[in-house]
Amino acid sequence: MGRTLAEKVWDAHVVRRAEGEPDLLYIDLHLVHEVTSPQAFEALRLAGRAVRRPDLTIATEDHNVPTTDTLLPIADVVSAAQVETLRKNCADFGVPLHPMNDPDQGIVHVIGPQLGLTQPGLTIVCGDSHTSTHGAFGALAFGIGTSQVEHVLATQTLPQTAPKTMAVTVNGALPPGVTAKDLILAVIAQIGTGGGQGHVIEYRGEAIRSLSMEGRMTVCNMSIEAGARAGMIAPDGTTFAYLKGRPHAPTGADWDGAVAYWRTLATDDDATFDTEVVIEASTLSPYVTWGTNPGQGAPLSSAVPDPASYDDPGLRGSVERALAYMALTPGTPLSEVAVDTVFVGSCTNGRIEDLRAAADVLRGRTVAPGVRTLIVPGSMQVKLAAEQEGLDAVFTAAGAEWRSAGCSMCLGMNPDTLSPGERSASTSNRNFEGRQGPGGRTHLVSPVVAAATAVTGRLTAPADLAPLAAPGSAAPAL
Amino acid sequence: MEAFTIHTGRAVPLRRTDVDTDQIIPSEWLKRVERTGFGAGLFEEWRNQPDFILDRPAYRGATVLIAGENFGTGSSREHAVWALQDFGFRAVISSRFADIFRGNALGNGLLPVQLPAAVVEALQAAAEADPTLEVTVDLGAREVRAEGLPTASFDLDDFTRWRLMEGLDDVGLTLRNEGVITAFEAGRPGRLPTTV
Ligand code: SF4
Repeated sequence: MGRTLAEKVWDAHVVRRAEGEPDLLYIDLHLVHEVTSPQAFEALRLAGRAVRRPDLTIATEDHNVPTTDTLLPIADVVSAAQVETLRKNCADFGVPLHPMNDPDQGIVHVIGPQLGLTQPGLTIVCGDSHTSTHGAFGALAFGIGTSQVEHVLATQTLPQTAPKTMAVTVNGALPPGVTAKDLILAVIAQIGTGGGQGHVIEYRGEAIRSLSMEGRMTVCNMSIEAGARAGMIAPDGTTFAYLKGRPHAPTGADWDGAVAYWRTLATDDDATFDTEVVIEASTLSPYVTWGTNPGQGAPLSSAVPDPASYDDPGLRGSVERALAYMALTPGTPLSEVAVDTVFVGSCTNGRIEDLRAAADVLRGRTVAPGVRTLIVPGSMQVKLAAEQEGLDAVFTAAGAEWRSAGCSMCLGMNPDTLSPGERSASTSNRNFEGRQGPGGRTHLVSPVVAAATAVTGRLTAPADLAPLAAPGSAAPAL
Repeated sequence: MEAFTIHTGRAVPLRRTDVDTDQIIPSEWLKRVERTGFGAGLFEEWRNQPDFILDRPAYRGATVLIAGENFGTGSSREHAVWALQDFGFRAVISSRFADIFRGNALGNGLLPVQLPAAVVEALQAAAEADPTLEVTVDLGAREVRAEGLPTASFDLDDFTRWRLMEGLDDVGLTLRNEGVITAFEAGRPGRLPTTV
């Protein structure tokens, strides 16, 4: 019987299989950052163990790093100590590190693909749930906890029980103005935050095949928000074109050999999935979240839901709780919800294509008075590319703040946070209570909706912005 | 890792679904490089609110958390497990756990017990009606027992159960197979990427 993409990658990495035990999987690439690794390195030290394969391990600083004044020492002493601990651990154990201000520093899930380390068919882990991002290349990539980080550091393997497989097929073409972010928010709203539990999701269908690598990464990134262990997309010409020439991509005959192998990874025609979900792309529109988990989303053109419309008492209770936290009244059109902060960035939407999309909306426009707008590139390379294209000038001319690379307001471990009661439109991936700062309220949106929202000060799709005056025509009278 | 065989203790019901790890331990706490002391940050935001159930005197010292569906969703932070353990919990009961949280809990000897939603509901109601109710989580028998309620069985594979009951950590177990790992490495194609 045929096998799925996930099963092929899994099978190729089984080091040991024994009846009644989890499979022992070999890990091809281990990404490390400062937050989930200190206790793992400490445990190695206590046990007198080494890192088995420093050459398959790479570290960066992302969660804690400030996005302004990056040449100064980190002001928060606890953050500074954590970053310092990572540096010491990497030096002691021989792990390559891209520290702050290094040209290859950035969010761990942005730098892996950018360096060409993320390749089809690999197993990739990181002490971070959004490791699912790397599945966009046809890698089996999943987040792990600190004990598992220790396990991979010590053994380059991980005991894992085989996942179930789910196909999410998105047929047809996305309507204009609908992005990868809208697509994945709609998928999560449909299957729920626990809908993917125990599964690896494979995204398929025309709308997925038409996405760029950046868009595919956005989709796979948020698989974890549907509870899935990983998200994957079969590698194809788009994948190979993205990888070719990247620093760690194979070259010469190795490249040809790699591509030949990568082509064999696609799910066989006669393979079956444990669960199948089908979505028609033509039904999708710009999506935003109104609640406190990523499954609580709806089309931007709709209204805040009414808890009374939910039959299930548990569901009704959680909707009531979410609306109370978000300070939203049922029936309010989502396009009337006013925000005071806009955040464009994170491992979901902090890549160059995302910044270009946001800049295209902001070019020639200005941010609404009183709306703090942060544009945070996902990596130093993204920052550099954006500056070479003049995007930074577009952002600053519009009144947005152009920052340095890091996780920033995605989780607010650095100084970029919401204050209690503040409301954001954010291109990140989690709208949990307090995620961006205690008492902060988060609406998840795409980069273009974030940019349009910055212009009006309320949740807005770019299509609803007043058109710009044609170049050369007289400025509109005020 | 502390072995888990059988545990009896009072239970606290947490009637919320989709409790994410950002709620269990907020990100500010993740800056610490130690493995202990996270109990003070457990459910920090909620504990700032009046009458949060964990702070009611009747539930002080409870060691079994009976949670709503989809517990531990969100971030991979193992700190969530460390915080629950540091606060005193030995087991969490829910009708569904997020995968990474479940793996982290099993790696630390905090037992995630998955039971049908109706059984969880009955346990919550019983613990609400009587905060002194004692709940027994018996890993050997794979059962949860509480006075006045039918015995509930839960699933856990034999290998994981054995590992937890022996208190064995995965790294030591895996290193018993080091020869197989080395042999696997010898067969990996040379074109695979390295980070150096
Ligand atoms: S950007 Fe956000 S989700 Fe991504 S790794 Fe950083 S904190 Fe995690």
